Amino acid sequence: MVAKLSKITTVWIALVLVLLCVVFSVINPAAFPTAFNLKTLLVEAAVLLVLSVGMTFVIITAGIDLSVGSVLLFASMCSALAMNSMAGGDSTAAGADVAFVGLLVALVAGAAWGVLNGLLITVAKVPPLIVTLGSFGAALGAAQLAGDGTDVDTVPEGMREWLGFGNTLGIPNMVLVALIVTLLGGWLLTTTRFGRYTFAIGSNPEAARRVGISVTRHLIMVYTLVGLLAGLAGYMSLAQFGATTLSGHTTDNLNAIAGVVLGGTSLFGGVGSIAGTVIGVFIPAVLTRGFIITGVQAYWQPIAVGLVLVAAVWFDQSRRRARNNR
Amino acid sequence: MSVLLEARELVKHYGAVHALRGASFSVDAGEVVALIGDNGAGKSTLVRHLSGVEQPESGQILLNGEPITLGSPTDARVQGIETVYQDLAIAPELDPAANLFLGREIRRKGLLGALGMLDNGAMREKAKVEFDRLGVSLQSMSTPIGSLSGGQRQSIAVARAVAWASKVVFMDEPTAALGVVQRERVLDVIKRVRDTGIGVVLISHNMPEVLSVADRVEVLRLGRRVAEFRAADATIEDLVGAMTGALGDGEAA
Repeated sequence: MVAKLSKITTVWIALVLVLLCVVFSVINPAAFPTAFNLKTLLVEAAVLLVLSVGMTFVIITAGIDLSVGSVLLFASMCSALAMNSMAGGDSTAAGADVAFVGLLVALVAGAAWGVLNGLLITVAKVPPLIVTLGSFGAALGAAQLAGDGTDVDTVPEGMREWLGFGNTLGIPNMVLVALIVTLLGGWLLTTTRFGRYTFAIGSNPEAARRVGISVTRHLIMVYTLVGLLAGLAGYMSLAQFGATTLSGHTTDNLNAIAGVVLGGTSLFGGVGSIAGTVIGVFIPAVLTRGFIITGVQAYWQPIAVGLVLVAAVWFDQSRRRARNNR
Repeated sequence: MSVLLEARELVKHYGAVHALRGASFSVDAGEVVALIGDNGAGKSTLVRHLSGVEQPESGQILLNGEPITLGSPTDARVQGIETVYQDLAIAPELDPAANLFLGREIRRKGLLGALGMLDNGAMREKAKVEFDRLGVSLQSMSTPIGSLSGGQRQSIAVARAVAWASKVVFMDEPTAALGVVQRERVLDVIKRVRDTGIGVVLISHNMPEVLSVADRVEVLRLGRRVAEFRAADATIEDLVGAMTGALGDGEAA
């Protein structure tokens, strides 16, 4: 049946992920299927997963957010500067109170950028691609201005130890945070009215408007959500690396979009799932780890991801064409 | 029978275009009124005013004899007036029940509902009852409606309007894109709706269809009502004559 095709796409891509894991495990059984490798893989993917959960909502509304990586940096810069100024210039020895304020600052900075994106898209009616392309440059510029062009590398040691390296019941706290965000995101998308409206607006914004849904308000909330999650991701990144990483995260936006689309979420809106996004984020991550472990040159990773991505979208397109021909 | 919804002398300009020149219209409870007229006669404009999408410059709208102001489509819906749009305005990626309840979702009881969680089971059950009542048969309640046939999609759009309308349903060319069998099915739905006591206003270009389903026909020409017929007494020639102005007293002043 046509009904479950979006789920079928997800099942296929899940099979690809399983197959990759099996292949790498067979090639290097001593190194790939190990707890250490799994942990490393999960920690490396945690930040991107948080970004991708937000990106899933945006893409289901038939929008896009190119600014997530820059907003992440902006939020982590604001957070790091705020914590340092609270601790008199160097927050390395600061306590939990300072780290908590840092978290709030990161969330607010990210969400504020999301609100701005949302307002420009809905009220000024500039296409999301252009608005977030502008934010992509502007948020990075703002982060560099705030930090005088250099990275801030003093963050509370306690925050690094707990969030950056800490474990709870053997699970890295970074992974735990990403897991909670993912579960909440899945719950919000599939069971609530917020999720239903997200699908409806992506499917047919005019239909949503005519039944009395405030499309403007909802879209602003969706872009605020992705901004908020970028802020959280910025804080996680700060804890992970112990510094703002101004030269990093430049391709986070594309990686998040690739992950979301790989997972069966349609760029045309109205279709998608968080479960798919999880799988879509882990395919590139598994390829990266797998290539390192099996000694394949790392340059193959983006090529392989590109191939899988194009194949997945082609599959999605031909399925839609088949349906529309009915 | 009493007049349910009535428009009196509505006037509307769009720039230099005089779209409604004192247009009047009425529909009773439990009747199907066909609203016909040539392109540009003001049919869609009139319906947009009566469904709250636009507001007249002058004139009155009365519901059950009381003057009302329809400031928005939501106002009209609150009054029990629903519209089926020509382009359907459905969400093709959502299933039938989700479309039926779009914007009026049933939430779960208690805390979960306060958190925004939906009661999909209840919505599906009620949707099934509603579809059965209107004779809309669907093989699956979980299929996105984009993958259904045009007639089924149309039936769902009609069912959505009817499910929420307590007084009047406007249908703008509801059968325009349909095949013969599907058209019959939608017309059948329209009759069933009328039999529940709701006033149905049908915009159509298809004269045989108008005569077969409508109880009464109102003819618009150049932004005003120029003729009224009882469908049982009218012929296609009468209708076409009134529409084109070849017949009757409807010369524009």
